[in-house]
Amino acid sequence: MYTDKVLDHFTNPRNVGEIEDASGVGEVGNMKCGDIMKMYLKINDESNVIEDVTFKTFGCGAAIATSSMSTEMIKGKSIDEALSLTNKAIADALDGLPPVKMHCSVLAEEALKAALLDYQKKSGKNLGLNDDDFEDWDAE
Amino acid sequence: MRSIYLDHAATTPVREEVIEAMVKVLRENYGNPSSIHQFGRPSRKLIEEAREKVAKAINADPREIIFVGSGTEADNLAILGSARANKKKGNHLITTSVEHHAVLDAFKALEKEGFEVTYLPVDGEGRISVADFKNALRDNTILVSVMHANNEVGTIMPVEEIGAICREKKILFHVDAVQAVGKIPVDVTQINCDFLALSGHKIYGPKGIGVLYMRRGVRTQPLYHGGGQERKLRPGTENVPNIVGLGVAIELAVAEMETESPRLAKLRDKLIDGVLSTIPETRLNGPREGRLPHNANISIVYVEGEALLLTCDMKGMSCSSGSACTSGSLDPSHVLMAMGLSHTIAHGSLRLSLGHSTTEDDIDYIIRELKPIADRLRAMSPVWENFQKGLPIA
Repeated sequence: MYTDKVLDHFTNPRNVGEIEDASGVGEVGNMKCGDIMKMYLKINDESNVIEDVTFKTFGCGAAIATSSMSTEMIKGKSIDEALSLTNKAIADALDGLPPVKMHCSVLAEEALKAALLDYQKKSGKNLGLNDDDFEDWDAE
Repeated sequence: MRSIYLDHAATTPVREEVIEAMVKVLRENYGNPSSIHQFGRPSRKLIEEAREKVAKAINADPREIIFVGSGTEADNLAILGSARANKKKGNHLITTSVEHHAVLDAFKALEKEGFEVTYLPVDGEGRISVADFKNALRDNTILVSVMHANNEVGTIMPVEEIGAICREKKILFHVDAVQAVGKIPVDVTQINCDFLALSGHKIYGPKGIGVLYMRRGVRTQPLYHGGGQERKLRPGTENVPNIVGLGVAIELAVAEMETESPRLAKLRDKLIDGVLSTIPETRLNGPREGRLPHNANISIVYVEGEALLLTCDMKGMSCSSGSACTSGSLDPSHVLMAMGLSHTIAHGSLRLSLGHSTTEDDIDYIIRELKPIADRLRAMSPVWENFQKGLPIA
């Protein structure tokens, strides 16, 4: 049911861990449905480049694979590029997800946006992200 | 790489004796059992021999054995059929909150037909209480359905006590014994049930064959209409190879139970003790005593079951989980939730069900391999991190 790429990212996840002095941290998902993703960003304030990104995820194979893939897709990229990353692009990069697992890719996109929102607050830069967009994302 | 099958509660491999008997039938006995000529007669004889074997295995009369297409069908025929046939006597039904979906969803269907259903709660080990059952009884209760043993956590239910009460009050009693047959003694006269369901593929027989025991004098309605097979309760040309296979399988399963079940129980206990003592923050789901001999259900807390299952499979251990991601819905297993487990514990559940092929060496391997799997997933888990820092879990 999973593609080889999903299994690869699940077995050998990229960028697992925490960043101690992270520029932004985002956590989404809840224990009820069984997926929690936490993403850490290290952003260069001058160049607006994401120099480092790590994650920690509690979840199924697809949750871990989408977390891993999304970090790989934004590492070294600009904030603008990261903001334009969609869940579909993450799923496509994994050669697709089973329909019931598409929500994992949504969660990965949301974890990234939540981390960027945290950076927006800390840096005072306006990235165009709103707290309201994140209302439903609180862990239960 | 090793390949250890640890999902015998899902299905079992077909044993050699069964395959041999079935292949012989497929090759030689194609006659329709309903035909009275020389091609049909041997097929009829084979069915009746199998019926006797099944009857003997559960201490029933051969006339009380109805061959159907699966355990699910047996449950549906008993529940839908008897509720509809006895509608005039009352419209209240009782079952438990931890039944297999073959039973639960049949009751849900009856609710839509106007029946009222009480779903009995269970304790932390997955067992119903007889007191709760007595309190649920009404004057218009016509049918009770309780599983003999639970498929996820292996809890054995007090079916004999429930049966005695039902018989005294003349209420129909159905028992889903799909997981119990061949593992623990199943005797319909001891249980005092009116219906009992069992399945071929859980006891090293073929898939696509089940049995409904129906006590003499009890009424039910067929689900299908057609020929007069199986006393008109299950019309359709009999699946002779599967029926013969089931007959061989159940005879052997019951004969070997006395030695095989204690062997499995010993291995199961070794597995449970080994995992609980090797990996911190693990717990056994279901009881220590009063549990099916081949079932171990363990939660490795703070990791998710599907991720566990996938990693186990990569290491050659094939098992199942009650997490949301494996239950096909947004919620973890209804059984674990009914037992009052937290989402965190339910999501980390792993069911390891042993069988004929399981050796002590396999158990040692599992105990050894599970620890690094848990460590790896926990290192990735923000929930484990929170737990270790003493923060709220999520």
